Amino acid sequence: MTTPVAPLSSPRTLALEGVRVGYGSTFQLSDITFTVQPGEIVGLIGPNGGGKSTLLKAIAGVLGIRSGRIRLGADDIRRQAGKVAFVPQREEVNWDFPVTALDVVLMGRYRSSGWFRRPGRADRNRAAEALERLGLAGIGHRHISEFSGGQQQRIFLARAMVQDPAIVLLDEPFTGVDAQNRIVFHEAIRDFARSGITVLMATHDLDEVTATCTQLCCLNHRLVAFGPTAEVFTPEILRATFEGRVAVFA
Amino acid sequence: MFDTFTEPLSYAFMQRALLEIIIVGTVCGLVGCFVVLRGLAFIGDALAHTVFPGVVLSYIAGKSIIIGAFAFGALTAVGIGILSRSRRVSNDSAVGVLFAAFFAVGVVLISRQTGFKRDLGSLLFGNVLGVTRGDVIATLIIGAIVVALLMLLLKEFTLVAFDATMARALGYPVFLLDLALLLLVAATIVVSLQTVGNILILALIVTPPATARLMTDRLGRMMLISAGIAVASGVVGLYASYYGDIAAGGTIVLAATAFFLVSLVAAPNHGVVAGIIQRRRGRHHVHHFHPAAEEVEAHHH
Repeated sequence: MTTPVAPLSSPRTLALEGVRVGYGSTFQLSDITFTVQPGEIVGLIGPNGGGKSTLLKAIAGVLGIRSGRIRLGADDIRRQAGKVAFVPQREEVNWDFPVTALDVVLMGRYRSSGWFRRPGRADRNRAAEALERLGLAGIGHRHISEFSGGQQQRIFLARAMVQDPAIVLLDEPFTGVDAQNRIVFHEAIRDFARSGITVLMATHDLDEVTATCTQLCCLNHRLVAFGPTAEVFTPEILRATFEGRVAVFA
Repeated sequence: MFDTFTEPLSYAFMQRALLEIIIVGTVCGLVGCFVVLRGLAFIGDALAHTVFPGVVLSYIAGKSIIIGAFAFGALTAVGIGILSRSRRVSNDSAVGVLFAAFFAVGVVLISRQTGFKRDLGSLLFGNVLGVTRGDVIATLIIGAIVVALLMLLLKEFTLVAFDATMARALGYPVFLLDLALLLLVAATIVVSLQTVGNILILALIVTPPATARLMTDRLGRMMLISAGIAVASGVVGLYASYYGDIAAGGTIVLAATAFFLVSLVAAPNHGVVAGIIQRRRGRHHVHHFHPAAEEVEAHHH
């Protein structure tokens, strides 16, 4: 690659250089370049189909990239599986599968248990502890579908927590989450950031973005803007991002 | 009463049949859980049919049907895996095309053979009373391997079934794991062919796990209950077949269906009766949450 490389200040710095994602001759995302330092909370905003989920999946290694590089520290992020925790959109999870809340949180420990081995007692304790921290103590034995939407999101956050990740990716995390659950949720995200974990969340909820995110990434098949929330959250940039489809206070 | 159970066992063929059905029931009950939970019933049906030409070829060559059947089962598993990855053909169509094509090859092969017609019935509908000592040993060995692999990969299969996106993000080879699961289903079908035949095999793989799912919300318990029901159906069906002089494949599957119907009505949480009671008490279970109902679009007016 000939793209200039930003100086790396930490082994946890996330750097995208000229990332391109798509099938055939069409690209869902082209020429995405930005760098995120550890502990930032980045909001991904843009119109539906503008590539928010696609970018998260590319960072997670779920989707392959056509060109460019995604690095965590000095190394390609795909060679560091397990460092990225992913909280998927609701539709991507099989809610009928017979797993309890605790089983779901334990999945965060799978990678460190390794192939063929079940999570042990220490893992179970950590999972129970994570549920407790997110206000779900004592109900870990219930089936995942018995919880409300907000509680389910907290269970997935607990799962991300026990994975000890460098980066947490959240895809539309506020879908079906009520106000009370949002408070717990914000607290958990700030906890991640305080402990040096980078958070990236794709959302269409612009209120949430201004309330939580330290940085904004405006996507519409290309990078419209990237920077501190206060600088990027302007009527001009939002209009450019959403192509005038969002009415903005002037 | 006790004699009713022991008397048939004085025959060696019944002892072998009982042993065979217990092994087959256990394997089908366990592997079938993932067939049901992943919604692979149609693929399972396809696999049961695509092994048919392999069975016919083995017969013609005078070799064990296990080898031929597994070769074709594996071929199908790989074929489905690869075809479903392509974006040109939908998953269902890919499976349907393979399913019909392979079965047709079997039909063509069979029609070229004379003196084969008599055995066709036992191929399609099974002949558990005709299993040999060698068959039972082969079933035991393959069955043990299948169950061992399922248990070794249980954690990975669970993750892929529940949240494939996370599995990919964690770097698991999801395509290979799916292929491994299909191969386990193919092997399960192969060892069960002689018991219930390739038309009814699907019932032994789908019905007991579906029954068990109604009774519990835990994977471990579901697998145990499913294996138990499959074995019980096999044993009940075998005796019904012995005393009623009916084809065992039919009685075994009907026994499994009976278990399913009872469970559908009477299961503790998901049964029809439990549902009525819960509604009467006004207990509201938050099952199948619909995000669309609460979703609020970002409006900035």
